Amino acid sequence: MTTVIAAPPPPTRDTVPPPSPSGKRRVEPIYYAFLLPSLVIFTLAITVPAIIGIFFSFTNSIGFGDWDFIGLVNYAALFSDPAILQSYLFTFSFAVTTVIVVNVLAFLLAVGLTARIRAKTALRTVFVIPMVVSGIIIAYVFSFLFSNSVPALGQALGIDWLSESILANPDLAWIGIVIVTAWQSIPGTLLIYIAGLLSIPGDVYEAADLDGASKRQQLWRITLPLVSGYVVINVILGLKNFLNAYDIIIGLTNGGPGTATRSIPMTIITGFTGGDYAYQMANAAMFFIIVVVISVIQLRISRGRNSV
Amino acid sequence: MSTQPALAVENVDAAATLTDGKPRRGPARRTRSSGGGGQRPSTRLTLLLVLCSITVLIPLYVTVSMAFKTQAQAVDGNAFSLPAPFSVDGFVTAWNLTDYPRAFILSVLITAGTVAGTVILGAFASFAITRNWNRRLFRWSFFYLLAAMFIPFPVVALPQIQLTGFAGLDNPVGVTILHIMFQLSFSILLFTAFLRSIPAELEESARIDGATTWQTFWQLIFPLLAPMSATVGIFAFLASWNDFMMPSLITSDPSLQTLPVVQSIFQTQFSNNYNVSFASYLMAMAPAIIVFLFTQRWVMEGVTQGAVKG
Repeated sequence: MTTVIAAPPPPTRDTVPPPSPSGKRRVEPIYYAFLLPSLVIFTLAITVPAIIGIFFSFTNSIGFGDWDFIGLVNYAALFSDPAILQSYLFTFSFAVTTVIVVNVLAFLLAVGLTARIRAKTALRTVFVIPMVVSGIIIAYVFSFLFSNSVPALGQALGIDWLSESILANPDLAWIGIVIVTAWQSIPGTLLIYIAGLLSIPGDVYEAADLDGASKRQQLWRITLPLVSGYVVINVILGLKNFLNAYDIIIGLTNGGPGTATRSIPMTIITGFTGGDYAYQMANAAMFFIIVVVISVIQLRISRGRNSV
Repeated sequence: MSTQPALAVENVDAAATLTDGKPRRGPARRTRSSGGGGQRPSTRLTLLLVLCSITVLIPLYVTVSMAFKTQAQAVDGNAFSLPAPFSVDGFVTAWNLTDYPRAFILSVLITAGTVAGTVILGAFASFAITRNWNRRLFRWSFFYLLAAMFIPFPVVALPQIQLTGFAGLDNPVGVTILHIMFQLSFSILLFTAFLRSIPAELEESARIDGATTWQTFWQLIFPLLAPMSATVGIFAFLASWNDFMMPSLITSDPSLQTLPVVQSIFQTQFSNNYNVSFASYLMAMAPAIIVFLFTQRWVMEGVTQGAVKG
């Protein structure tokens, strides 16, 4: 929930008149004082590291000592590295699966929570709590449940694949990560859907009632099309968040078993200890390009939609 | 300073509807009930949602019940049993093992610094940018600062770990600065959108009364920004308080780690003292949950506004 949907349309001059109408006179110096701290710190904290990172991605540096330029060798190597390819495959399948799971569940919950029910406020509060819980800590809690309680349940019920910890199974560990990520991400998605559902005027449903549309038809034919803008927001926000998955995976599987659940960010971080600093910087640059492409699509869509 | 710009009211509207569910649903409900539709709250749907909410509550219940067990009961593997006998030994041990007061204070300081820094730097920059939009420097700064939205932390993490090390910022101060910088573009986006909606006449009248730009900002603009500041602050709070990745990678001294990071000792050592580890998890989770329960209306409004209006 830390990213944003859409840049506002750039203001035109007539919506923002300068404080003094005399046009191009000197800017009051204090405005520079307002802007400079952000510009300077931002440049030092983000721009400079980004440039350094891109620079070293064309070298064979191990993070310290001598290095040489090696051109695009790092980038070429990425495409034939099974570890890298596996982390991309895992991260993208995980992100897409989680986006679907989170959005379906959050939408259904939002429909329920905006309907005429009792204890509406209390229920909403409960469903939003996971949003304020730290990802790594809840992952530790779930890790205990997955390795102790769920197998105990599986044994009691005689279900084979459940009687061992799913986190220890390379083929199933990702399911645990999806569950915990969904648990934590549904609240934010849910709140956006609730806002979307509440923006639909009630008389639309009234008219549908009069025309004899069933509740199911109303959900598919009225509600869903009218909140499609919110679906787009949630899908893109979710995709960007889940591609950066780190905390919850560290808490649940630490990338294991083996490297079965190692996400792209985790692979990049190994560059700090693993001696392939420059190589992982190339990986980071690739990842950056992918995130930019997704962000541009996001801006396109939200611009086209104008505003919700 | 009671003048509320029209757009501000509109901004809060959608969110205000969210929490109590009355303003917009109200009229609809009335019309429907007069039309004879099912107007009573549905008990079946309520029950279904209560059942669903159990999935949210189970991990929280397990955390609380495990935390109050004795070590002997905690290792028997049944996560769902109630504590018998009731014991607070886990809390005492966890408090000492993680040096809870120190980790808590560090988390509070980093979070408070992030919230204050994000709000103030963001408001400063946004004010300068919107009031000098016809100047190239300010216009370009806007897009430059916004570009951070495209840069996730993992992408720049490696050079940042190195640079903070060189600069002597591999500590909570460095974490706070980075937290602020990764929140900045979002806050500038919200603040500039809001500042554009404030009529220029308001500022001009303050200036006619002889206020300097500095005074105008603090006495007129900043108070008007309050609802946006709340939204920006809530996002900064959640991101900073719950973050594991950045402090764990940036801070080199383990004794300067935040609450989420110190929990990792239970993965390596003491891994069978479940009552101790869950007591520790509970103490780390509880502050944010308690704050949320008291401020939930604002938090829900803020998150919705930030995501939808942003």
